[in-house]
Amino acid sequence: MNEEQIRQLVAEVIKSIHEQSEAAPEEMKKSGPVIDDGMIPDVREDDYRSYIDIPDAANPEEFLRIKKQTDARIGLGRCGNRYTTKAYLRLLADHAGALDAVMSEAPEHLVEENHLLPVQTLCRDKNEYMSRPDLGRQFSDEMKQKMKDACIKDADVQIILSEGLSSTAMERNTNDLLASLQQGLKLEELSVGTPIYVKYSRVPAMDVITEITHAKVTIMLIGERPGMSTYASLSAYMTYNGYVGIPEAARNVVSNIHAGGINPIEAGAHIASVARKMMEQKASGTDLQLF
Amino acid sequence: MKLKTTLNGHVYQFKDIKDVLAKANEPKAADRLQGIAAEDESERVAAKVVLSEMTIGDIVENPTVPYEKDEVTRVNIDGMNKKTYSQMKNTTLGEFREQILRYETTEDDLKRMSRGINGEVAAAVAKLMGAMDLVYAGSKMHVTTRCNTEIGQPGTLSYRLQANSTTDNPETILLGVMEGITYGAGDACLGINPVEDNYESTNRIAQKLYEFMMKNEIPTQLTVLSHITTQMDALKRGTPLSMVFQSIAGTQKANDNFGVSKSLLHEAYQIAFEHGISSGPNLLYFETGQGSEVTINCDEGVDELTLEGRKYGFARYFRPFMLNNVSGFIGPETIYDGKEMLRANLEDHFMGKLLGLPMGMAPCFTNHTPINIDDQQMATMLLALSGANYYMGVPMGDDVMLAYQDTSFHDDAVLRDLTHRTPAPEFHKWMMKKGLMDETGKLTPLAGDASIFL
Repeated sequence: MNEEQIRQLVAEVIKSIHEQSEAAPEEMKKSGPVIDDGMIPDVREDDYRSYIDIPDAANPEEFLRIKKQTDARIGLGRCGNRYTTKAYLRLLADHAGALDAVMSEAPEHLVEENHLLPVQTLCRDKNEYMSRPDLGRQFSDEMKQKMKDACIKDADVQIILSEGLSSTAMERNTNDLLASLQQGLKLEELSVGTPIYVKYSRVPAMDVITEITHAKVTIMLIGERPGMSTYASLSAYMTYNGYVGIPEAARNVVSNIHAGGINPIEAGAHIASVARKMMEQKASGTDLQLF
Repeated sequence: MKLKTTLNGHVYQFKDIKDVLAKANEPKAADRLQGIAAEDESERVAAKVVLSEMTIGDIVENPTVPYEKDEVTRVNIDGMNKKTYSQMKNTTLGEFREQILRYETTEDDLKRMSRGINGEVAAAVAKLMGAMDLVYAGSKMHVTTRCNTEIGQPGTLSYRLQANSTTDNPETILLGVMEGITYGAGDACLGINPVEDNYESTNRIAQKLYEFMMKNEIPTQLTVLSHITTQMDALKRGTPLSMVFQSIAGTQKANDNFGVSKSLLHEAYQIAFEHGISSGPNLLYFETGQGSEVTINCDEGVDELTLEGRKYGFARYFRPFMLNNVSGFIGPETIYDGKEMLRANLEDHFMGKLLGLPMGMAPCFTNHTPINIDDQQMATMLLALSGANYYMGVPMGDDVMLAYQDTSFHDDAVLRDLTHRTPAPEFHKWMMKKGLMDETGKLTPLAGDASIFL
């Protein structure tokens, strides 16, 4: 084939490609995508514990009876050796919820709405917060001074809020939990200091605050490390006469506070009753008799 | 020994070997947390240059934690062969890297060299290697071990079946085990982490698994991963366990924190030898991961890669059946993102193999890090290329009890497909007998249905 022939061939091929694309289905072009108003259901609403996705299972009834007792992703089938599209998208969806809860910034509008004093630990941003737990338990001198200047001292109870490892937990639980906790403390006739919000906080930051406000009971409400099924859970960490370096065994923890666990309204009342016991027994952690 | 170099217009003066080792590391969160990492890339490379000129003898004779002070250092050094060491001690680390990678250096050569070094030397040379060096060097070495069955033979790939329960419910644990088995997981062992660390939970789970194993004549190992002392107690009281599991660390301080020591491990071996259900000779199962010392303030100022190497120098002394690496399990304060996790896993597999250990890899992540499922799968495929002995098998990778993500039953099956490997021989025969797998290691349509055992 000489050069001219090649040129001709190429020109013909190009022409035929153009013709083909111009001759593409006329109707599709005209109509465009048809969009209706329907909503694809939330994939996280699907209860994968309630079915098995295995065609011709040997004993589906017994399989399902046992499977219903666990969150483990069993019996969701295979496609070759990979996950089915449904099971894979669900896995991604669950992880996305958890990751967004951790990595998103705290809903700070709640701080103003609930009249909390906003402070921040030494962490400058989320990445530093994630990788430097040491900085998440310390404050700058300016921040300490700010708390010293603005806070009521020597109250019975100091309340602290932080998004911790789940901004979603703070978003969903703060209003109900704070309202019920404050109401509960009132009923227990305990005085309450200036509530504080700490951005990028680890649990031991509460001990620094106790040393500043001299509250007897300190309560830190903080977002828990998310799991795949639950990513909106808060915990309350509590000390009596806390100090920097207090052993972990001297903290009480009320965990699993969220709509699907201990609901926040119930939790607030319970935490207030634990605070009352701490005041009566002058103790917290393993030294506290809860019953 | 020189501690100074110039690079890119700067003079870099390092304090001591420990400082050079730390700064020669690829980026790791735990080193930054400790404040011992290189400030920038030029300093990192300068440290690598200085390290490459040090000899094996420099590293062995100047351990990061003194011999007198630390049992892990002592086991690392006492576990070496003195004659081999004396032949190797004048070799620089730069030369050692090339010896390992050279085409002419055989697997047998590497196994002999392995006795002349300790964990800190393995870590030091890993710092001079790129990702492909680590994968290639790792692929040159095979480690075969035997407990009840044998794993690690070339051409095979095995799995620990890890179907945990949030309530130690033996019924759901067993259902997960049944499903995993149909995917071909479980030839390394059936290994369950109990929620409750006591005799009752350990025994209840072990009895249920044992009954299933016996009824179906499954050729594998059985283990319940409670604390070592709980398992020792259970073995003496008649609980059927194939081997004893324990997490180990890179400093004596951290091992004290974990409640483990050289003498306790000897005792555990003896108890498994006398009361276990396997003929051995490998009867221990260790778990390690970069950064575990840092999170409990027991790091002695040493970088996390060197500490990991020290664990392997400690572990090999006890000839374990399997060593399980879980770098990525702790969280972002030790391994920050997918890239750090991937690098750590390749380093660990290489170091472990170089020290003659049966490396099982668990590239994994918790939900509070930027690591995601793709990162985890990419690390797993690279490690398969590098020739890890085994991985985990968790239902869809989501461990509901330990709240982290690891390799799944599906991943396990694909890895065998991709690398053309089969399960451990006896287990493979059993899979074929059950009609779950063909002779090439491919799953049949029957696989995936746990209820064939119900």
